[in-house]
Amino acid sequence: MGDASRRNFLARGGAAVGLLALAGCRGLPQPQWLQDLLRSSEGLTRRVQRSFAGGNSLAKEFTKADIAPVFRANGTRNPVNPAYQAMRANNFQDWRLEVNGLVEAPLSLSLEQLRAMPSRTQITRHDCVEGWSCIGEWKGTPLRLVLDAARPKPKAHYVMFYCADPMGETPDAPLYYESLDLIEAVHPQTILAYELNGQTLPLQHGAPIRLRAERQLGYKMAKYVMHIELVQDFAHIRGGRGGYWEDHGYNWYAGI
Amino acid sequence: MERVRAALVRAWTWLLNFLNLGASGHSDRPHYLFYRHKGPVRAMHWFNAIVLLVMLMSGLQIFNAHPALYWGQTSDFDHPIFALRSVLGVDGLHGVTQIGPWTFDTTGVLGASEFDGRAIGRGFPAWATLPGPQWLALGRQWHFFFAWLFTINGIIFAVYAFASGHFRELLPRWHDIRELPHEIVEHAKLRFARGEAAKHYNALQKITYFIVIFVLGPLVVLTGLTMSPTMNSAFPELVWVFGGRQSSRTIHFICAFSFVAFFVIHIVMAVLSGTWNNLRSMINGRYAVEKEAAHG
Repeated sequence: MGDASRRNFLARGGAAVGLLALAGCRGLPQPQWLQDLLRSSEGLTRRVQRSFAGGNSLAKEFTKADIAPVFRANGTRNPVNPAYQAMRANNFQDWRLEVNGLVEAPLSLSLEQLRAMPSRTQITRHDCVEGWSCIGEWKGTPLRLVLDAARPKPKAHYVMFYCADPMGETPDAPLYYESLDLIEAVHPQTILAYELNGQTLPLQHGAPIRLRAERQLGYKMAKYVMHIELVQDFAHIRGGRGGYWEDHGYNWYAGI
Repeated sequence: MERVRAALVRAWTWLLNFLNLGASGHSDRPHYLFYRHKGPVRAMHWFNAIVLLVMLMSGLQIFNAHPALYWGQTSDFDHPIFALRSVLGVDGLHGVTQIGPWTFDTTGVLGASEFDGRAIGRGFPAWATLPGPQWLALGRQWHFFFAWLFTINGIIFAVYAFASGHFRELLPRWHDIRELPHEIVEHAKLRFARGEAAKHYNALQKITYFIVIFVLGPLVVLTGLTMSPTMNSAFPELVWVFGGRQSSRTIHFICAFSFVAFFVIHIVMAVLSGTWNNLRSMINGRYAVEKEAAHG
């Protein structure tokens, strides 16, 4: 961070301090510019944390004895989506993972094809943005292998995940979506998981596959993944912030 | 009417006396103004006071998303060591606070409180959280922005303290530790240092300020960072030191309430030992010192 941007950051800090009295009052609206001001530290947090962690620092892996008896399910537990339910009724025989966007070789992978690829098994701690943690054993295909097969173009910077679960009570509610940048996407522990604790991935955990990105909070780890798209940026996608929860005010960088 | 006015005057006089708002803080005895706090210390003190208030209130907002604490790496959901819950009884919603094996009815404040005119289940009440309504995303935005201000201010203070010699004024020595029991008794009796002795930090001040600034400050930052999965991958030692991610969250919470306890005692002591004199010395640096009475 240069001197000017540091000054700028501190100046904005001072401004935010001054506004506390206003914004703290209950019932007052929280204006968008204030939220944008507060969000301005996200990039600093991301850069500093990444400079410590680098691309390949690994999340701690645990032993079988550490696995939680019941792995807590959060968010969608059973998508109210007729197309999804039809695939589920057929044991996901017709399910295909579409991989396209800025790639040389678009893919359409069946569950069997994914399972036939080399797998990684990891016992990791899941950290929810709400504050709780749970340990489970995940088995899946490293996302890196899928991306290698699709050969991203040089302009591809982000990986979008489009899911089958509507974020509401009705099928026409917006479907979940998330994104990772390439640093997190090719991390050795980033996998498309199809098993939890030795069992086929259960419905409430995102069958047939969910993303695991072990250096991130839970909302990054999209469940019911249907479609992977490589993009240059996500400014034009839905709300433009790179994910369902991001478009509802959460940080894109979910490393903290 | 006369009687009401007389009562009001008495109450006002009592309040002024209670708040110790006399010029020197103690009396109208002869005094001189001593330059007690340097500019940078005063600026960082007030900046930090506001930043910590935001950190506390936004932290309570974040806590409310899952108002329970655990020990170890993970959450044993059925056995938290601390939890704020709401329970629906025949007479409405009750707030229940659980600390270890004990539970307390804390309806109205913890577990269940009023929001927009009706009782709802929420950990800490709306008046204590930032923002007021349940809004985890915005609570996090406040918390993480101000965490940078807290850290930067703390680092600048530490550098300044070492460079200026302020650190030596704060550092407790052996004789301070020996004097501590005596000093605690004196403070409990509300007998505060006067005259020349008031120009230096006493043993209790040194030990308290030192622990709050150089132990509690770094500890609250490190336990906060230990909740970050990315930082866990970069510094697994930190998770080990604090006994797991959930332990770290619990220690972070204890740190926050240690700050609250410090605020309360700090403000009470500042009021009792001379509100205006103390306040002025933290605003323009000048502290009134009573002249020692001549012997004989």
